[in-house]
Amino acid sequence: MKKGKIGSIIYVALCLAFFYIPIIVTMVFSFNSSKSLTKFTGFSLKWYEALVTDRDIVSAVGVSLSIAVIATVVSTILGTITAIGLSRSRRVVKEWLLNVNNIPIMNPEIVTAISLMILFSSMKIERGYVTMLLAHICFCTPYVITSVYPKVRSLDPNLANAAMDLGATPFQALTKVIVPMIKPGIYAGVLLSFTMSFDDFVISYFVTGNGVANISIIVYNMTKRTNPTINALSTIVIIVIVITLLVVNLAPAIVKKRQERKKKAAGLEDGSLIETEK
Amino acid sequence: MKQFKNLVRPYIIWSFVLIVVPLFLIVLYSVTTGGNSLVNIQFTGENFKKIFEPVYMNVFIRSFKLGLITTVLCLVIGYLLAYFISRFSEKAQNILILAVTIPMWINMLLRTYAWISLLSDNGIINSLLTLLGLDPVSMMYTDFSVIVGLTCDLLPFMVIPIHTSLAKMDHSLIEAAYDLGANPFKTFWRVVFKLSIPGVVNGTIMVFLLSISSFVIPKLLGGGQYVLIGNLIEEQFISVGDWNFGSAISLLLAVAILIMIRIMKKIDPDENGGA
Repeated sequence: MKKGKIGSIIYVALCLAFFYIPIIVTMVFSFNSSKSLTKFTGFSLKWYEALVTDRDIVSAVGVSLSIAVIATVVSTILGTITAIGLSRSRRVVKEWLLNVNNIPIMNPEIVTAISLMILFSSMKIERGYVTMLLAHICFCTPYVITSVYPKVRSLDPNLANAAMDLGATPFQALTKVIVPMIKPGIYAGVLLSFTMSFDDFVISYFVTGNGVANISIIVYNMTKRTNPTINALSTIVIIVIVITLLVVNLAPAIVKKRQERKKKAAGLEDGSLIETEK
Repeated sequence: MKQFKNLVRPYIIWSFVLIVVPLFLIVLYSVTTGGNSLVNIQFTGENFKKIFEPVYMNVFIRSFKLGLITTVLCLVIGYLLAYFISRFSEKAQNILILAVTIPMWINMLLRTYAWISLLSDNGIINSLLTLLGLDPVSMMYTDFSVIVGLTCDLLPFMVIPIHTSLAKMDHSLIEAAYDLGANPFKTFWRVVFKLSIPGVVNGTIMVFLLSISSFVIPKLLGGGQYVLIGNLIEEQFISVGDWNFGSAISLLLAVAILIMIRIMKKIDPDENGGA
């Protein structure tokens, strides 16, 4: 038994090394003083300096961030109201819409990308920032719906009625009763949308134009020659994403602990609070 | 409650314009000539016939082979990883799964770029080999580099669903199998593996779908000549400008994948019982 455990630890460690070595190499060489991507010649921050003075990169970061934020906000709202509406819709509508909604998830990214490219060009919309944004909303919303819809479905259908019987307007019933109860699904949708939009390459690459580029497109164009500035950019992106993920993953545990403490302080029995947590 | 029914309307319109219409356009382009001008439209089967020319058929076969190799590799490596992770304590499991998930969230282009500096002829791995007194190996721009890149990128998609299936498993079932006289191999095959099939199916679908249609990793790690379906589509739309032929390939790719998903889902006992 003991021997098996050591074996499995080694195997898991090797797999994690496979995942993380490229990431670590990138981060280490972003501090390299020479252009070499293989020999570490000394510590320097010059690639970070190059990064902030490179106008293309700075504007690409701006494009990536602004599109990710706007696409996340729009697709979260659109996805959430659709998920809520879906649970009340007729079966035909529900099935049809859920199937259509699955198309961008199941279709290869490149097919979605060219389908949108054809759409924009046949509608004579000039490709650029707006088309990229529309495309991002288009592929983020389905993920919001798939993460929110199961939560809506598990709600008691009489909740909103109860709220309205007690005098709430439909809007209040929605924002004060339903939305708070499906929050976990909405948060999952937000996280998915933001990171998917921020990391997207394939779809952005096909629907952009006029020199509008996000981080992925800039990296793609820069890989044709060695450029350690990419490493500096990667390092910043990696650190931001890892911190976000750690916060998102650790926050629920901290909140839970705090609730438990509160529960203890209030001297409550187990039942009542657990009910509301679900 | 009836009021909320109308909330689906915006998305019905949205999904029609940005999902259904674009797909229809691909179909339309694939059976016509004349590219972007809708005025002198002409129906034709030429685009599909062209796919069956040996040059293009080879691209399909190569993509399929590469997708298959990547999927099998991910399945073997990923199943073991998921299995080992599922035997740690719950706390360790959460941390390990988070560790597997984190790379998924980091820009794929950035991670692929890192592999270039590891695998290139005077790259880090070859420097290490020379240091050990071994001959350097040429790894970049080969099947090997593409498969390494794809496996590294797609492995989490295999590990996570399999781990989810395994974590849900009731461990007393394994003891029961032993008590009933099954040997470790039989226990694994008839109990553990059987219960993890939903995860295996989902993981396999994801990895195969993503590997067969990828075009960034083959392009960066496989070099310019390395043409897969994804690269072929890109070429038609970006450099060649034959949108009709590009649409025909895309349509075929989408349909092929849809059929494969259907077949794989048939194996999944959960899907059969449910819907």
